[in-house]
Amino acid sequence: MSARSLVVVGHGMVGHRLCEAVRERDAGQVWDVTVLAEEPRPAYDRVGLSAYFTGSTADDLSLVAAGFLDHPRLRVRLGEPVVAVDRAVRTVRTAPGHTYRYDALVLATGSVPFVPPVPGCEAAGCHVYRTIEDLDAISASARSSRTGTGVVIGGGLLGLEAANALRSLGLTTHVVEFAPRLMPAQVDDAGGQTLRAHITGLGIGVHTDTATERIEADAAGRVARLVFGRHPEGLAGLDADVVVFSAGIRPRDELARGCGLAVGERGGVVVDEGCRTSDEHVYAIGECAAAGGRVYGLVAPGYAMAEVVADRLLGGAATFTGADLSTKLKLLGVDVASFGDAFGTTPGALPITFADPVTGVYKKLVLSDDATSVLGGILVGDAGEYGTLRALVGAVGAVPDDPARLILPAGDGAGAGAGVTLPAEAQICSCNNVTQGQICAAISDNGLTDVAGIKGCTNAGTSCGSCVPMLRTILGQQLAAAGIEVSTALCEHFDHSRAELFELVRVRGITTFSQLVAEHGRGRGCEVCRPVVASILASIHNGYILDGERAALQDTNDHMLANMQKDGTYSVIPRLPGGEVTPEALILIGEVARDFRLYTKITGGQRIDLLGARAEDLPKIWKRLTDAGLESGHAYGKSLRTVKSCVGETWCRYGVQDSTTLAIDLELRYRGLRSPHKIKMAVSGCARECAEARSKDVGVIATELGWNLYLGGNGGHRPRHAELFAADLDTETLVRYIDRFLMFYVRTADRLQRTAPWVEGLDGGLAHVREVIVEDALGICAELDAAMAHHVDTYQDEWKATLADPVALRRFTSFVNAPDTPDPDILHVLDRGQPRPARDGERAALIAGTTLPVVRQPGPHESVAAAAPAPAATPALVLPDPAEITWRSA
Amino acid sequence: MNWTDVCALEDLTPDRGAGALVDGAQVAVFRLSDGPVVAVGNTDPISRANVLCRGLVGSRGARAVVFSPLHKQAFDLVTGECLDAEGVRIPVHPVEVRAGRVLVGPAGTARRIA
Repeated sequence: MSARSLVVVGHGMVGHRLCEAVRERDAGQVWDVTVLAEEPRPAYDRVGLSAYFTGSTADDLSLVAAGFLDHPRLRVRLGEPVVAVDRAVRTVRTAPGHTYRYDALVLATGSVPFVPPVPGCEAAGCHVYRTIEDLDAISASARSSRTGTGVVIGGGLLGLEAANALRSLGLTTHVVEFAPRLMPAQVDDAGGQTLRAHITGLGIGVHTDTATERIEADAAGRVARLVFGRHPEGLAGLDADVVVFSAGIRPRDELARGCGLAVGERGGVVVDEGCRTSDEHVYAIGECAAAGGRVYGLVAPGYAMAEVVADRLLGGAATFTGADLSTKLKLLGVDVASFGDAFGTTPGALPITFADPVTGVYKKLVLSDDATSVLGGILVGDAGEYGTLRALVGAVGAVPDDPARLILPAGDGAGAGAGVTLPAEAQICSCNNVTQGQICAAISDNGLTDVAGIKGCTNAGTSCGSCVPMLRTILGQQLAAAGIEVSTALCEHFDHSRAELFELVRVRGITTFSQLVAEHGRGRGCEVCRPVVASILASIHNGYILDGERAALQDTNDHMLANMQKDGTYSVIPRLPGGEVTPEALILIGEVARDFRLYTKITGGQRIDLLGARAEDLPKIWKRLTDAGLESGHAYGKSLRTVKSCVGETWCRYGVQDSTTLAIDLELRYRGLRSPHKIKMAVSGCARECAEARSKDVGVIATELGWNLYLGGNGGHRPRHAELFAADLDTETLVRYIDRFLMFYVRTADRLQRTAPWVEGLDGGLAHVREVIVEDALGICAELDAAMAHHVDTYQDEWKATLADPVALRRFTSFVNAPDTPDPDILHVLDRGQPRPARDGERAALIAGTTLPVVRQPGPHESVAAAAPAPAATPALVLPDPAEITWRSA
Repeated sequence: MNWTDVCALEDLTPDRGAGALVDGAQVAVFRLSDGPVVAVGNTDPISRANVLCRGLVGSRGARAVVFSPLHKQAFDLVTGECLDAEGVRIPVHPVEVRAGRVLVGPAGTARRIA
């Protein structure tokens, strides 16, 4: 079958979803897709636009997966808007004058912000809030503001987002709303009052029931003042030179009007249940469409329409019959949720309300006239039960006898709504349309035990994340029902989690394991709790990690200050901050490797690993390294490993900042910091990212203006890119944020939990981290700063301290009663000129080999050339020539 | 009994092990924090490396155990039984502390090195 031509007008969120859906399902390659887009960049997350003001870049907001635009049967023409449709010959014409033929046409032109016809609204400094370009213009106006005051006209959902943006740009911010309350479409009067109290508490002026009569400009044409025609307290106006209009949207239906398609009374291209317009070859989806007489200004219904059209294009019969308008969001730090029949317009509806003006919580639940089912509700200030309550809408018989229990705070701390059983068809994740039943099945079929697993199997919770607390609840219920105990206890010796133990140790000033286990635990401890407590004590008190009783807590790697390998030998990694090494140090490391017969390899973190060191040789090896000024690289510790870097602007023709110096400074600052798991960092000197910083717990990438900070990445079996946390930071701010991030992590993460799952597990994720370490929402920043300062001030090189302590040195023997005798069972053979542990067959030959020549192990100062033959290329799995058996002690 | 004097009691750190050669066999000697000194074979039967003396000491229920530093299996320090792999056992050596010295005897099953 020859390909058919699909033309999509508009590459916004909905247009892009259509492209994805078609490409995903069009297995028979029926459609060639051409996207004609007005905006200069491919689809981006308009819902998350505000993140642009808190550090996300346009790239971060992009919705287009790498490589998607390279699909051979997809072409996207950016900056080429369609200006006319000729339905008779089925072509569209674009602004540059090109013509494209279509077999099917999809209008996904979206909407424009509605600017009310207020006189003066065209003055400079007046903006709308829809595109990245709009946000750039708002930023520019804020920077040139003389009054320092901004006003948002419109107190709906988007208006409050815009107010948050103006506030984050440093302006004194006011919101003007024509209706008598904020968010009139989502909340009732009482909810509006509660919301208003929260928002005025943030220092934002709220003027409801207020009409703007005109906007006055100064001589240069820049907005200077808003004049009110109506204000409840008689305020005449506000002096402001930044104004954002956010008073609703109007569908972009001009193309449809131009070619004679039917449009709705209040605008929008009229479509049927299949999203088809009055022309069978033309579809309309998203905010430009009027489905069932209604224009939907939310992305979820738009996505649903895109899926319907993709299905129809491939011969299906999917329908769009309306959408759930439930909303849950956090505006300016305030939870607001509205779902179902929130205003109780159903005949006989019974509302139950709960209000607590002290904590600023308002909840309303609308029940059916017989109080057996939930119709809808409103939550302001605390939307913790949103997931449960929304899922109850329409479920018959799911309401308990005492329905007030659903919204009243629970005395036992279980949370409102606890104990309610949801029906299997209840939708938990509305972004990805995942039901309770699917989640339960995923948990039991795959033996899932954490929220990350549910996300991986079902996609639930991966878009807006508002259902994550719900996922956690369902998981807990499922596991409990299956008799699987979900305990946060560290091990059989402590009922506490690592974070709880950390607080106990910190607050009660506990300094020994025996005190902690006697007062708060039981038994002798184990391989789990002993190293955890050792790490906690080291994080809090710093100091020598092998002091006194702490020596008995460290796992072998920390005990021997080296990584144990499979044959009982150790690896040695000196610190090379930033990966920088002098020729002298490099020569010394080479000499040490040669003299002690160590296998030498470059690590992924730009270090040099020397493997095969015997326990009794470790002090001798480290004596030589520390004498030359090298120090422990902590490759054995749950601590900072490496800060990788590129050469940056010092050498590289593309570099914009000195990444090597910053990497060295960071490495020296955080070296030795004991943490729940290893920490890796990297600094790249430009956006080319040669240091692979985004695969690290802490990644720094240079910009023209400073540093972008990325947090929460890792490699390993579940690789994850770090996410942008803040942009264009100066070095001082950057270091302050990293200090706090690390200390917050050290204090609250679980045992062996890397930063990525730790961030993922926090309610609110990275946004919560930002609240804590940038906005100081918990009031702990000063404490975190002091803790890091203590760490930096008290750092000492563990190997240097060990070499100076004769008692500590006694552990570096194989036999306490024969300190100079090495373990005779350690057998190494040469491979590619370097030693490696002998394999089973080789060992048998070596041990049985009374006829084999025994090569004396050379002393560290003897020339190795005299003792060892020139290396030959010995392939793996072939027994080595006896002459190459390098050392088996006599 | 052919006792080997391996070290002084104070050479041993409480709840930490030390390797020793006893009549040619590799032995791991542990001084437990509540008093007794015990000795078991030093070879981890799972990895076959001589490393048990560098494992962490702890408890599993009421049993004092050492955890292999390589893959963390627990071995009962009194019976030698591996609590994480059925049928796996390490040799147990008798220990006496006399006049501040730690004496270790041979175990019948200990692996000898010529």
